[in-house]
Amino acid sequence: MSRDQTEQTRLPRIVNVGLCAVLVSFCDELRESANRAALAFRAELEKTAPEGVLETSTSLTSVLVVYDPARLGVADLHGHLTDLLQSRQWEKADLPDNRRLWRIPTVFGGAHGLQLQEAAALAGLSEAEALRQLSAARLRVMTIGFAPGQPYLGSLAPHWDIPRQSGLTKQVPAGAIAVAIRQLVMFTTATPTGWRWVGQTGFRGFRPESETPFALRPGDEVQLVPVSTEELEAASAGDQTGDAGATWEIIA
Amino acid sequence: MSRALIVHRAGPLVTVQDRGRPGQMAFGLSRGGAADWRALVEGAVLLRQSAGCAALEMAGSGGEYEATEDIRIALTGAPMAAHLDGRRLVWNASHRMAAGERLSIGAASAGIYGYLHVAGGIATRPFLGSHAAHLAAAIGAPLAPGDTLPIGADPEPDSGKAGYCLPFDDRFSGGTLRVLPSVHTGRFSARTRARFEATVFSRTPRGNRQGAELSFDGAPFSSQGQLSILSEPMMAGDIQMTGEGIPFVLLPECQTTGGYPRIGTILPQDLALVAQATPGAALRFRFVTHEEAMAVYQPPGALYRALSQGLQPLLRDPHDIHDLLSYQLISGAITGWN
Repeated sequence: MSRDQTEQTRLPRIVNVGLCAVLVSFCDELRESANRAALAFRAELEKTAPEGVLETSTSLTSVLVVYDPARLGVADLHGHLTDLLQSRQWEKADLPDNRRLWRIPTVFGGAHGLQLQEAAALAGLSEAEALRQLSAARLRVMTIGFAPGQPYLGSLAPHWDIPRQSGLTKQVPAGAIAVAIRQLVMFTTATPTGWRWVGQTGFRGFRPESETPFALRPGDEVQLVPVSTEELEAASAGDQTGDAGATWEIIA
Repeated sequence: MSRALIVHRAGPLVTVQDRGRPGQMAFGLSRGGAADWRALVEGAVLLRQSAGCAALEMAGSGGEYEATEDIRIALTGAPMAAHLDGRRLVWNASHRMAAGERLSIGAASAGIYGYLHVAGGIATRPFLGSHAAHLAAAIGAPLAPGDTLPIGADPEPDSGKAGYCLPFDDRFSGGTLRVLPSVHTGRFSARTRARFEATVFSRTPRGNRQGAELSFDGAPFSSQGQLSILSEPMMAGDIQMTGEGIPFVLLPECQTTGGYPRIGTILPQDLALVAQATPGAALRFRFVTHEEAMAVYQPPGALYRALSQGLQPLLRDPHDIHDLLSYQLISGAITGWN
């Protein structure tokens, strides 16, 4: 096997990440099909990984495989991954089982989404139409990252391919919904961001006090249900779970 | 009071650390754990216990501690001036510490992270299988005066062996870091990679357990299409080139994905050289082949066994020699790495 990674441009692509990890990339840009492929490929790998694989995870379009090189040779791992890649059309594969559809109460705009109007304008929409689209969409948890339990939700329709701001919004609260590049992010902590703040939930994606600290899993779906400020406050008041009124069901 | 360690004074960044939490990257949580794995294993070897035991990681300086019962301790990692009730303690060694005695640990004379290990390990409530603080993820917190940390049962309560030392392994003054290709190595030209290997770097003060920024003389290190890279998974050891073309080495509490190009990944056993480097220590990078990397790779269990062979008594009196012999008879049966 060539150790020179400079020539490998064909997709999907398997490259080494140092001594103890390998990355399988399905695409160099974000496509729904590549995200589907990454999620499905990882789910299969979790079931059939050879001895010596320690951990797998996904980004938007890639799967990382962490392994112990003392127990599993890099050539054997590449061979296994290559065989698995060729075993089916991953871009058309079914998403993992037991995915959930979450319905999460959200206040859009106003003091709880200061940039909804601005984001709507960039998408070429009225504020009301933007709200309608953002709450009608069933979005996939495409990946979790940046902070523990923090989901990136997508994909929105092409006109939502709006850029990040050149500057940063100083701070949005935990549970804030922000938009850019056809995705929504639901922040798990108060944070500065280059994404535009359009809504607010009481949902906590990371629950360090819980036995199940990560509420969402990659592949889950999320629908943001518009509520009033009062309704969100009522759902959040005294909430110990982190759900703040959110419900879920298994996607059949 | 039950078996515990009382914190009377703590350095600015003393945290409980162990091997971290593998298996959570898919949820956006990096492994975390000790910045200097070798120091963690050294402490376990000195106390002849599992390398899974949690210890205190002390960044820059230690603090003042007291035990509620007689315990065994070990001191490893960046050497710090340590005294027990005024008596100077040898670093990289294990010692007895009686209930009520004051253990005072000063500033590091080299390196950054020193470690205080206790027989039985620090036994704070685990989260996802680990005691380790992960400050970037808001898991755990730096120790503060008044904290009381529970300690696990000593694996050898009767023999209570202490008074051993390990040879000094200098990873506290920079050096050459061996590197393998990473996700975007191919986006850097051969010329840029050659310059990267020829450049002398040093850590800037900007750094923590998430990562270390490096400074150098010369032009920024740029790559093809560096602004259009989709975020990809990343892990400790990866060398990111930031938007300014400055290397940033990822450490245990790094984020799990990132959009900057990565020129290479440091071999696991060399990562402590970066974590322990103080500003000014010279760091160089050298690309190696996968075969070269495998030839020097030492999985943690093998490291534990190798270090055990080098264990020596602090004092050469007949009692200690007797202990040493009895230890070597059974050392082959202990891996400590379960």
